[in-house]
Amino acid sequence: MPERYIVVGGGLAGLMTVIKLAEAGKRVDVFSIVPVKRSHSVCAQGGINGAVNTKGEGDHPDIHVKDTLKGGDFLAEQPPVKGMCYAAPQIIYLLDRMGVPFNRTSEGLLDFRRFGGTLHHRTAFAGASTGQQLLYALDEQVRRYEADGLVRKFEYWEYLGFIKDDSASCRGIVAMDLRTMEIQAFAADAVCLCTGGPGIVYGRSTNSTINTGSANGRSYMDGAVYANAEFVQVHPTAIPGEDKHRLMSESARGEGGRIWVPKNKGDKRAPKSIPENERWFFLEEKYPHYGNLVPRDVATREIFAVCRDQGMGIDGGDAVYLDVSHIPAATLDKKLGGIMEIYEKFQGVDPRHEPMKIFPAVHYSMGGLWCDYEADAKGNMIAGSPRQQSTNIPGLYAAGECDYAYHGANRLGANSLLSCIYAGMVGGPAMISYAKNNMSSKGDVPSSLLEGARKQWQGRFDTIYKMEGSENPYVIGQQMGELMIKSATVVKVNSQLDAALSGIAEMKARWAKCNVLDTGRTVNQSAAYVNQLWNMLEIAHLILKASRLRDESRGSHYKPEFPFPKPKAGKKPQDDAEFMAAWKARNDKWLKNSMGSWTPDGPRVELAELQSLKNPILAPEPRHYD
Amino acid sequence: MTEPSKLVVRIQRSHPDRWEEFHVERRPNANVISVLMQIQRNPVTADGRKTTPPAWDAACLEEVCGSCTMNINGKVRQACSALIDKLDQPVTLQPMKKFPLVRDLTVDRLKMFEALKRVKAWVPIDGTYDLGPGPRQASEEQEIRYVLSTCMTCGCCLEVCPQVAPSTAFIGAAAISQVRLFNSHPTGAMNAADRLHGLMGEGGVADCGKAANCVQACPKGIPLTSSIAEMARETTKQALRDFFFRDERKGGSGPAG
Repeated sequence: MPERYIVVGGGLAGLMTVIKLAEAGKRVDVFSIVPVKRSHSVCAQGGINGAVNTKGEGDHPDIHVKDTLKGGDFLAEQPPVKGMCYAAPQIIYLLDRMGVPFNRTSEGLLDFRRFGGTLHHRTAFAGASTGQQLLYALDEQVRRYEADGLVRKFEYWEYLGFIKDDSASCRGIVAMDLRTMEIQAFAADAVCLCTGGPGIVYGRSTNSTINTGSANGRSYMDGAVYANAEFVQVHPTAIPGEDKHRLMSESARGEGGRIWVPKNKGDKRAPKSIPENERWFFLEEKYPHYGNLVPRDVATREIFAVCRDQGMGIDGGDAVYLDVSHIPAATLDKKLGGIMEIYEKFQGVDPRHEPMKIFPAVHYSMGGLWCDYEADAKGNMIAGSPRQQSTNIPGLYAAGECDYAYHGANRLGANSLLSCIYAGMVGGPAMISYAKNNMSSKGDVPSSLLEGARKQWQGRFDTIYKMEGSENPYVIGQQMGELMIKSATVVKVNSQLDAALSGIAEMKARWAKCNVLDTGRTVNQSAAYVNQLWNMLEIAHLILKASRLRDESRGSHYKPEFPFPKPKAGKKPQDDAEFMAAWKARNDKWLKNSMGSWTPDGPRVELAELQSLKNPILAPEPRHYD
Repeated sequence: MTEPSKLVVRIQRSHPDRWEEFHVERRPNANVISVLMQIQRNPVTADGRKTTPPAWDAACLEEVCGSCTMNINGKVRQACSALIDKLDQPVTLQPMKKFPLVRDLTVDRLKMFEALKRVKAWVPIDGTYDLGPGPRQASEEQEIRYVLSTCMTCGCCLEVCPQVAPSTAFIGAAAISQVRLFNSHPTGAMNAADRLHGLMGEGGVADCGKAANCVQACPKGIPLTSSIAEMARETTKQALRDFFFRDERKGGSGPAG
């Protein structure tokens, strides 16, 4: 049998993995629950980072590495981050060569803008729909390989699980056609999961409806380690909605947008009639250096505190102003057109003239499937090593938001598109190396193994089609979301997490009493959902458990019971010996990955040292943005 | 009569074909998607009969993926940006008619992606390795290309086109406009002839009947009629080039067109 590769998911990470495989002449099957061009990467707005340094600021990939590691409070293995930041300029050039309509300078060069967590203009962008434009570029390249016959697309197919042989290696996948509900097993020499994040576990988030995290949940149940589940980013600026919360890109602030609330509590005046000296620009006031462009976790906590603790939100509620109305409308249309349209379309207010009302919303999972890497003594990634992006299951790879590798405890804006593409660029070649090393010894996948796996899944769905209980699965899903929003977002409290853990256990018990709602075999979305729901409950359970166990505050994970250590007022951290001792003690105990393993009795979470901290590229330092 | 707090929704269902009416609680900021979600959580018709949740496609819910396109009160658009407060009642939902029905509100738009293959809608790069920066481009060019590049293959332009029917082969405005997009890229222009050839012959740009419905229906405001006019001119020029340079083309060493 010729070599055969499977990529699950057709967002940026998946498509770049496909391109690297096809470019090497390999046959690839790509599975996606939607036509790949409709993947969630389209929702990314602001841009993609790369220290191209065209603005005379002396930017350099090393500074990008430092901003990224510090942004994530050093909870990331360092060589992959270094590899990513060093590859970033050439990735942006590659996308430009593919035809992405990046915004330009007057000389016809790529333009770059500011983003959070850095002081440099480092973000290339295509209006305010950069993710869409990048995805389309990769989609077009993959279509070219598809036309050549190297790539086969299985669109409207859902990954159900990977196939394990006697030596616990991955030998393929089982997938279901979401139109005919037919279940099939597919053999592969290596499989890469590029299935995105689990935002829908939180019900409403900035994520697409397809971001259930179901593929990750099932892979975790089948033995893949899921790391740092507790780190879920809540984006500071989104429009609350009935069906989802719509992101208002950080680029609005990168282009000069300002966050404020009226200084007078309960001020009823229209925002435009409140004079500037009666507006409280609380981020600029507290963080004079970074201002509105502090990292997302910091901005989100400040907005939360202003609204919830101090009652200073607009009309006393959960909202603050994101104001771009001082920027000329022509500039807004050129650089932020996409989000201007979204706000106008969904809120019926023109943000070019009226400040937007926004509030934080769940956005991105830093955690995901644990991945290995291989680097030399200087921390440079070894090209083509089969260990890059490899999960703990031999032959199973992960790339994109579904991996855990690049963002530590908090992701910087415009690093996600980059990490997806970089992970695909190293993951594809790693799969080829793995297959080369293992193919002759492993031989063809036995048909009995494939048939056994298919039958097991057919059996599970036969059971689901017969579920006639009283519980509506979509109601359980909605309640799961409410529970997760309440207990595992911006502020985490152990007693609430304990209650939520019981809540999830109850929901798992109720799952068994679900009604499948539809027994047909044509686009039976509720049967597919019943299966996804269980996998989501498993991820929710793990997020809660890992959150409960991490008794510290780091990045997006914030427990007031265990606050961030702070230096004494007026002192620099390094000059405050007491603070430095406390900071170091905290790192000694907690600067570790949480490794989640599935057991029948619930998640087992263990802390594991970061390999690269033994010989770090950059020694951890206190994280401050004052 | 229903209470003002109730919303009446009529959905064209399939398997078997029928209309179903639902009464759901009217919620602030509702859109067609949030209403469909309400029905999922309680799939009971207005006359109290249990039914299956309607099938529909959705993903991004912010009008950048194109998934949730359907006919809403007889007009093709994305369900996510169809705000209930701006719709007349009862709200009627029907699948797109110009594509094979799969079930309920879901259709198969594969032919749109196949059309992108036909016109070679890509820049044929040499490889993903490091080849340095791309070609410089004027900001004005980028602004034109960006708008063309926001096409999300949703199918609104085909749905409203009188030339598109099961019995016709017309490729439709979306793919024609993509040829303009790639032919206006400095590298893409090197293969302009290949794409123009994709627009010739059966179902090509000459089949456009100039009804101009497409440009009205496009949710992204893409200047589709300008794209069609320009590509019609370019294919005519290409046909002349093909004729006059046929000897060079045979030899394989003449201008690529």
